[in-house]
This record gives sequence, C-alpha cells and structure tokens, in this order.
Amino acid sequence: MFPKFSLRSMFHGAGGGNDIQWCFSQVKGAVDDDVAEADIISTVEFNHSGELLATGDKGGRVVIFQQEQENKIQSHSRGEYNVYSTFQSHEPEFDYLKSLEIEEKINKIRWLPQKNAAQFLLSTNDKTIKLWKISERDKRPEGYNLKEEDIVDIKPANMEELTEVITAAEFHPNSCNTFVYSSSKGTIRLCDMRASALCDRHSKLFEEPEDPSNRSFFSEIISSISDVKFSHSGRYMMTRDYLSVKIWDLNMENRPVETYQVHEYLRSKLCSLYENDCIFDKFECCWNGSDSVVMTGSYNNFFRMFDRNTKRDITLEASRENNKPRTVLKPRKVCASGKRKKDEISVDSLDFNKKILHTAWHPKENIIAVATTNNLYIFQDKVN
Amino acid sequence: MSQKQDEENPAEETGEEKQDTQEKEGILPERAEEAKLKAKYPSLGQKPGGSDFLMKRLQKGVSLISYPLLLESKGILGMKSIEQKYFDSGDYNMAKAKMKNKQLPSTGPDKNLVTGDHIPTPQDLPQRKSSLVTSKLAG
Repeated sequence: MFPKFSLRSMFHGAGGGNDIQWCFSQVKGAVDDDVAEADIISTVEFNHSGELLATGDKGGRVVIFQQEQENKIQSHSRGEYNVYSTFQSHEPEFDYLKSLEIEEKINKIRWLPQKNAAQFLLSTNDKTIKLWKISERDKRPEGYNLKEEDIVDIKPANMEELTEVITAAEFHPNSCNTFVYSSSKGTIRLCDMRASALCDRHSKLFEEPEDPSNRSFFSEIISSISDVKFSHSGRYMMTRDYLSVKIWDLNMENRPVETYQVHEYLRSKLCSLYENDCIFDKFECCWNGSDSVVMTGSYNNFFRMFDRNTKRDITLEASRENNKPRTVLKPRKVCASGKRKKDEISVDSLDFNKKILHTAWHPKENIIAVATTNNLYIFQDKVN
Repeated sequence: MSQKQDEENPAEETGEEKQDTQEKEGILPERAEEAKLKAKYPSLGQKPGGSDFLMKRLQKGVSLISYPLLLESKGILGMKSIEQKYFDSGDYNMAKAKMKNKQLPSTGPDKNLVTGDHIPTPQDLPQRKSSLVTSKLAG
C-alpha cells in the first residue's frame, strides 16, 4: 500500500524533471515548549508574487514577512523572509445577545492582487472580515471592517434539524462569480452568484459514492472536508478530508480523478483519535505553482507532498533538529505494522499534539511555509 | 491493510464482497475501531450524523441552554470547539477571571462592588482585552 521508499526516491518537482531536495531555510517563533494559546498559528498565506508571507494566530495578530532581494553574488539560496509588518487584526468580543464569546483567532488571510504601492489583505475571524491596507512607505496598516452579507445560508428552519455544516469555501481563481463550499458530509457545491443573490441552489454537486458495506460510526466524521482549494489553472479543485487528499475535475461531479492517502495507518486508530478529539483536526492543503504537486500536513510535525505526474510521494518533518541552513531534509517513514525498520517511526510513537494544519507554497518558486503549533518553518529546494 | 480471504476468493477485493458482519469487523480496521468505541461507551448514539451531535459541536450562534448535553457523545465536529457556555456576561467574566487567577475586575476606585449589593450590567464590566504583546514570530 505504501510506495517502497529509499533516500534516493525523491520526486520530480515542478518545472522539469529535476529531483527536488528540500532544505531547511528558516524558522520563526519561540523555542520553548510552553506554548501560549495566543501564539498558535491559525493561517499562513503567500501573496500573489510570493514576496510577502502572512501568518495569523489565535491571539488575533497578523505577522507579515517580506522576502529579501536575492543576493546576486551568492546564488546558493533564495532571499530570506524577514518581518515586514505586524499588527493586531482582531480583538476578542463578547456577544451579549447570545452570551457567546467571539474568538479573535484569525481563520483566514487572503491577499488582494497588488494594484499600486500599497498591499491589501483580508483577515477574518468567526464574525468579521477586515480589509487591511499596508502602505509601502510607513508599513503601517489601516483597517476597514467589511459589511457582512450572506451569500449562502444552509441553516434549517429548525436548528434541531441541523445535520450538515459548511466547512470551507473558496472563490474560483479566474471566474470571479463562481465559488465552491464544502460540507461536513463530504460534499462540495459549486455556485454561481450570477444565478441568484442567495446561492442556496448549487450548479454542481461533487460527491464520491460511498460503499455502504464499508460504513462505520466514523465514516461521516472522517469524510468531513476540512479544506478546499482550486488549482491555479482553475480546472481542478483539491479537497482534504481526515485521511486523504482528493483532486476533482470541475467537469466531473461523480468522483475525484485522483486520491492520495495521507496517513492511512490512522484508520486502525480511529477509536483513540475520536476520544482525544484528533479526529476533528482540520488539516489544510495546497498546490504548488504549476499544479503538479500538492502538499498537506499530518501529525508528529510531518507533512506530505504528492507529485501528480510521477505518483510519488514524500514525507518530511518540520523540526528544529534539522535547522542548519541548507541542510537537506531526510524523508520520513511511518511503520504501520510489523517489524519497524531503522529510521522508521511506529504509529504508536507519533506525537498527536504536534500537528501541521497549515502549509503554503510560494506561487512561483519551490519555497514552502509550514506551520507547526507555534513556529513557522520555511523550506526551499536546493539550488545548484 | 485489509486481509484477503485466501481460501475462497483470493483475487477479489475485500471491501466489495458480501460477508457477514463478524468477518467484516475482523477485516475492516474501521469497523474494529467502531466496536472498540461502542464497548467503551455503550450508550453512544446510533446516528452520529444526527442533529444532536452538531448542536453540541456548534457553539457559534447557537444557544445550548435548551439542548441537553450528552456527555458520552460528540458532535460531527467534535467537542474540541465547544467552549464554556455562559449564562450572561457576568458569568463570562467570572470564568475569565478564574482562569487568569485574578480578582474580579472592579469598575473603578470609588465603586466598591460587593456581590449582591449591585446587579451588574454589561456596561459595568470591562471588555476583555487581548494581549498587546507582539507575536513571537516577529521577535
């Protein structure tokens, strides 16, 4: 079930058949293990040129890094990312009407395409979307709250009948009136805003038929989609559920065109993962710039990449142990059962508190940003 | 991961055959895990996808006062995002103060609030301010 693995089986990366070797570049954040809740990274996003990299955290703060201009003399590494700006985006609120606390955690950051010297980004918590303008000159951000507008509302008339929730949504990269949203039942709906103001009717419904004989108590939970991302081309979309990553062709609704197993060995651990709540972890996924490779996180600070062309995959680890610049990362392997080989790690030894939920890939280069609980790692491919 | 039925049908895929339940539980790891869970929590609801579970999971925009909590069950999104429900803003501030191990915030030096002396209103209570410490990522 798992591809045979050796140190030499690196996958062919984007931009021609050269093997990619991923190297440590930088790590941001505190070293200590005592993590304050506010420091938990909740989102990571490159801007459209890849020059800027933004992170959001549970404390409602945004940190923006900027890539240095490449050192033309020393061409063995690309520019480093250094702090460009940081600000408090959202504050905690208390909704007196509903007696509910509204978290300041930044759920998502999205960059707007750059039109002038200023940079614009959208940051959102559970309640409010804010538009930030960061002027080039003084790098001080100005914020604007956006008016809320419901586009899709799937609340049933009686909340007791609620059986499905929206889990993720994204606008189509090229067709600005089209968007998709995924559900906790593993379906994806494509909607066109031109059809009506309230998109409660979808134009396409993507769903993979389930084998009823395989159904278990966990089936619905693990089929819940935690992330959906369009390819840069706009022709495909990728979904992440608990155990796998699926690629869908927008022209084919009845099943995905590709499925990649992220950590299938967890299927025999579902009981424990349900008890410790890990089964509800929301992993994200991302495409590389040419849509040839997809990446997603896992446990033990592992992250996985799947090459769609060669069908090869690799498991890497974000760890301070490999933190000398230009150290090539060694591929990792999890031993599902049987005799554990040297350098393999058994499923029972995995640290389920160390989860990589958020990753981002530079839109043009082989530079990736990987967030552990409170640290941001930047890796790049080995140049020359 | 699945075992094949070597004696009878060596070439067939395990998942698609019609077999009795007992064989399935031994073969499908998911079913074995389900059996484990039900053995631990016998009163676990039959329909995990039902609305009761989502109710407990959804904490935004849903008042849980009217829905009884089934402690042995979890919602479709799990218990993790369930945060403490508060009866009102006073209750909320009490909980926050306890967590931070501080005294209950007072409204000012000249108002010495004593429990029972004055009914607090939302206006009396200070807004919880987030930490103004810069992110360690920027350090």
